[in-house]
Amino acid sequence: MHHLDITGLEARYGEHTVLSGIDLTVGRADVIGLIGPSGSGKSTILRVLMGLLPPVGGTVKLDGTAVNYADAAQVRRLRERIAIVFQQYNLFQNMSVLENVCVAPVKIKKRPRREVEEEARALLAKVGLGDKLKRYPDELSGGQQQRVAIVRALALHPEILLLDEVTAALDPELVSEVLDTIRLLAKEGMTMLIVSHEMAFIREVASRVVFMAGGRIVETGAPAQIFDAPVEARTQDFVSKILRH
Amino acid sequence: MSYTLQFGQIWPFLPRLLEGAVVSLQIAVLAFCGGLLIGTVCAGVRSFGPRWLARIVGLYVVFFTNTPQLVQIYFLYFALPDMGILLSSFMAVVIGMTLNAGAYLTEIQRAGFESRRASEMEAAEVMGFSRIQQIRYVILPHVARVLFPPLSNQFIIVTLGTSMAAVFGVEELTGEAFNINAQTFRSIEIFSVTAGIYVVLTLAASVGLALLGRAVFRARTELI
Amino acid sequence: MWSQIVEEWPRFATYYNFIFIAKAAGMTLGLSALGCILGTLIGLALAVTRVTRSPWLRPLRILALLFTEVFRRVPFLVTLMLCFFAFQATGFDIPLFVVAAVSVTVIAGAFLAEIIRGGFRSVHQNQWEAAATMNFSLLDTIRLVILPQAWRIVLPPAFGYFVMFIKDTALASQIGVIELTYVGKVLNNKGFSAALSFGVILIVYFAISYPLARLGTLLEARLASSRHHRA
Repeated sequence: MHHLDITGLEARYGEHTVLSGIDLTVGRADVIGLIGPSGSGKSTILRVLMGLLPPVGGTVKLDGTAVNYADAAQVRRLRERIAIVFQQYNLFQNMSVLENVCVAPVKIKKRPRREVEEEARALLAKVGLGDKLKRYPDELSGGQQQRVAIVRALALHPEILLLDEVTAALDPELVSEVLDTIRLLAKEGMTMLIVSHEMAFIREVASRVVFMAGGRIVETGAPAQIFDAPVEARTQDFVSKILRH
Repeated sequence: MSYTLQFGQIWPFLPRLLEGAVVSLQIAVLAFCGGLLIGTVCAGVRSFGPRWLARIVGLYVVFFTNTPQLVQIYFLYFALPDMGILLSSFMAVVIGMTLNAGAYLTEIQRAGFESRRASEMEAAEVMGFSRIQQIRYVILPHVARVLFPPLSNQFIIVTLGTSMAAVFGVEELTGEAFNINAQTFRSIEIFSVTAGIYVVLTLAASVGLALLGRAVFRARTELI
Repeated sequence: MWSQIVEEWPRFATYYNFIFIAKAAGMTLGLSALGCILGTLIGLALAVTRVTRSPWLRPLRILALLFTEVFRRVPFLVTLMLCFFAFQATGFDIPLFVVAAVSVTVIAGAFLAEIIRGGFRSVHQNQWEAAATMNFSLLDTIRLVILPQAWRIVLPPAFGYFVMFIKDTALASQIGVIELTYVGKVLNNKGFSAALSFGVILIVYFAISYPLARLGTLLEARLASSRHHRA
């Protein structure tokens, strides 16, 4: 059974159709790289999956069970299994690093604080932030904030992790520290959907690459095929432009 | 509850309430315009005038914004006759409200004057604008645009404040409500309808002012 | 005017009168404070209602909108009379203080609801979204994430309204609540000149309002200058 099974997904912002006919299957421990020009709908897929933008058509199946996004209880259950990391980190500005990571497990999932904190400390140490527990988001660099955001998502014990252009807002010298963290997760077998402009990284870490344009999936394939021998003209155009840089 | 609502009895009195509303608006416009005049002069003095005069204006503003308008009017209405100045209740209310509005409008306009941007002034000066031209083409349009929304808001506050005139027997909207109440004893109905008229009145004023502001000053006001 | 006040002063400056005025000042402050505290709770409830999304709660949202829009556009005197007669219609003997306190609560609720809603909106949308994806309920989002960030936006204008309500309570004298303005009228009726009676009352109002207004300005400056988002 596929971990995540998306068929005919369609979404709109007001009158504007931003996603249509999206078919995508994601197996366990798959790492899907979503690439494409700005406004192609890559990030929108993640927002729809999280229930931030209700779809107007199509189905999303999680472990074979369809999710009804109009049903708040089902969305809640879905969010217990899928977590998202945002481009702008979206850390809670009023909480320390440790509190950002612990707040949802402790206050929402009602797990014991001691246990959650222990785990949070270990995770933060693993991404090199063991000495920043008491800091606040506005005291950290972008790369540090983004790693906190990833740890915050991991502390929820998701089965699937969605990463929305997590390096786009970072200074170039801070990108690698975040990518290292994601690499680690891929190695540990986390199912991930990654929206990114870091083509070299996608090529290295993704098991499959999806090229999108105009709210549709243009081409799907192994990294080597998409980057070296794309079939569709639009993919060729995009890839050649990217590689020329 | 032994009280049953009977709106039927009070509809014949609606014209009187509306006449009262006209008086309310008259008081509001008088007090606001008078206050605007006082406020403009005082704000000018506070921003550009000699220090001793600015200080006196400061005292006026601080005193009138930190005491209730009702008691200010009480003072005017009851204390001035002792000094040989007799005011009709209408005049006492208008003068009291004008002085009160003047204090708030001084503060609002001072903030507006001080929001003029140094960079724009410098640009104007570099471009060879004279002092008068700077005021005419740079400062005034900017200040008008910044000031329009808070001034509109103050007009609504002044309009609502006119209901105090009823305390002094002026037959404006609230005053008429008291009169009709004394005749019919349909208190809840009368005051509900009165409240409704105030809502309609101030909503109309808000919308009208916002549209005017957009058209004339390109001022950004939320419609409601 | 001065000679008259000087002449009256010895008769006016009695222990009894001072106690009378002090008690009235306490009433004025108590009325405003109680109205503001209860009004904050109502304002918060209204603001939260207005940010709900569920279609079931639509009628409640409309009611909250009506409440805030209407009571910000009705003069306090009219609200006060409505409360007064509504309580009278219940047939119970309700203390005038309660009537006035409820009236202040109603308008404070309406004004503070708008201030609090503005505070909610000042918190970046991404904070709401992050909380939503982590399964925070609306109340948890507001309690744990939004209010700790919004309070510094909300506090200065709320303080300004508190000072405004102190002045508004002068109208409670019209239904017979023995607060400062009422005492001014009583002193005037006792034969003291209006200049002295209302002059003293004006000074007492000023003494209450001015320090609070200054404190509000200070607070605003302090909150604006500290850039950190600490709770």
